[in-house]
Amino acid sequence: MNEERRKRLAKAANQVRKGILEEVYSAQSGHPGGSLSIADVMTYLYQEELRVDTNNPKWEDRDRLVLSKGHVCPALYAALAQKGFFPWEELKTFRQVGSRLQGHPDLNKAPGVDFTAGSLGQGVSAAAGIALAGKIAGKNYRVYAILGDGELQEGEVWESAMFSAHYKLDNLCYIIDNNGLQIDGNIQDVCSPYPIDKKFEAFGFEVIVIDGHDFDQIEAAVEKAKTVTGKPVAIIAKTVKGKGVSFMEGKASWHGSAPNEEQYKTAMDDLAKIEEVL
Amino acid sequence: MADMMKKATRESYGEALAKLAAENDKVIVFDADLAGATKTGTFKKACPERFFDCGIAESNMMTVAAGTSTCGFIPFASTFAMFAAGRAFEQVRNSIGYPHLNVKIGATHAGVSVGEDGATHQCNEDIALMRTIPGMTIINPADDVEAQAAVRAAAEYVGPVYLRFGRLAAPVFNGPDYQFRMGKGVTLREGSDVTIVATGILVYEAVKAAEALASEGISARVINIHTIKPIDKELLVKAAQETGVLVTAEEHSVIGGLGAAVAEAIGEDCPVPVVRIGIKDTFGHSGKGAELLKEFGLSSENIIAETKRALTLKK
Repeated sequence: MNEERRKRLAKAANQVRKGILEEVYSAQSGHPGGSLSIADVMTYLYQEELRVDTNNPKWEDRDRLVLSKGHVCPALYAALAQKGFFPWEELKTFRQVGSRLQGHPDLNKAPGVDFTAGSLGQGVSAAAGIALAGKIAGKNYRVYAILGDGELQEGEVWESAMFSAHYKLDNLCYIIDNNGLQIDGNIQDVCSPYPIDKKFEAFGFEVIVIDGHDFDQIEAAVEKAKTVTGKPVAIIAKTVKGKGVSFMEGKASWHGSAPNEEQYKTAMDDLAKIEEVL
Repeated sequence: MADMMKKATRESYGEALAKLAAENDKVIVFDADLAGATKTGTFKKACPERFFDCGIAESNMMTVAAGTSTCGFIPFASTFAMFAAGRAFEQVRNSIGYPHLNVKIGATHAGVSVGEDGATHQCNEDIALMRTIPGMTIINPADDVEAQAAVRAAAEYVGPVYLRFGRLAAPVFNGPDYQFRMGKGVTLREGSDVTIVATGILVYEAVKAAEALASEGISARVINIHTIKPIDKELLVKAAQETGVLVTAEEHSVIGGLGAAVAEAIGEDCPVPVVRIGIKDTFGHSGKGAELLKEFGLSSENIIAETKRALTLKK
């Protein structure tokens, strides 16, 4: 990836992070930590990879993205707004009465949302169903499922993994946001899902481990996933919860709480500083 | 009547699916390692390329089916009622019901007539659970003819449908000209003293009971409610107004099932006594299906007795 593209993506991701903060701050509710950790992957997918049509969000041949860890929809909504599915201003309606931007993604409300998810473990199964449908119909779209590392504690994730490998869903790519933290603390202390790579390998997946904040690595992994045949792919993205906001980084307490006015200003200053050097 | 043909509605489910296989290439079928029992194996034989076994993983199966429905397919997700409505309740609620997706749930082996497998596999709570999901259509067919028609109607209708089938062979009393209309109850017998409202395998028992009651001078109307949600409120209120007392009969808990739905439907517009026949807030146990139906009062004999009791409550 050349320097110009890398910078353009970094700027776009920074804007997505600003959107996340605007949403959560406006709502005084939501999940900033995991939204910030997945922001780079989300930005890359919508800016560089997904074949979607903002004028026809239900286009039947589009690539799909199912946000199985639906609580980080602030990142999804910001990426969708940035892509042009709906106005950026609408982000301020997040989680409020009458908004299309529900607390968890709703396929019947927000344009560009491919599946209603957020009850953990279910999005990956839906993504498998969409991938299977593509195989039956002979379509060449690809399906991405973004899930959390804490979410791996849900049994349905493994039911689904078994299914996807059994039916050789090579049009399906999991991206695991491995930020290491969940509501109750460090995932290793709560109920460890490790070793994540070996588990997915044992279930029949091609596993790729990357730094989830490095666009070159994200691109290489997504490109490699497309070359894998006969089995699904799991990209394990090592990330930092709260990435980009100094006081949120690495803190489980920012999983599901909103910044106050002072914290919001500090956070936006942090992101402005990141932008200055880009 | 003694030599009336009998067939389990799960058989009807498999046969109807197999017929649909040739007619509609959007119909796909999922099962969770029970294709021999749910009879989706009949579809598999007719159309192996659109049959997918998910293994013993019902939660995943329901959500996979939901995913395929967003791509224009009409999935029938099949397993025992216990696992369809029970184990996978939250998947059905959040991934099928809430987004109102076009998924059909084929739930077989409902009720105590499952028999020997015992209480763990005898689901008497599924109608209650499914009724709480906004927009869910619930159909509990009474015989082979109605079951096959219901499967076809479910495939044509756009939206989530819960289809409830039994394990035990049941008398086929509907004729080949029977017209199934989703959401519309069927008055099988006119009557003026009391109305017996039944669903599933209790419908035929209700007809037998009404015939016996007629010989004792009691005029009992019989209504078959195959669609429990949305329920035919108009027909039920009319029956309440005209006969003044209702008896309900179902192979399901009296909590949350047909009896509750009927009482709720008439309660606001025409409250009359409603005597509910069903599983009385208890679990089943092992035994022959037919024996258990008698033991739990799911028989024409008990309908006769309860109808007589109901008449004493009539104002």
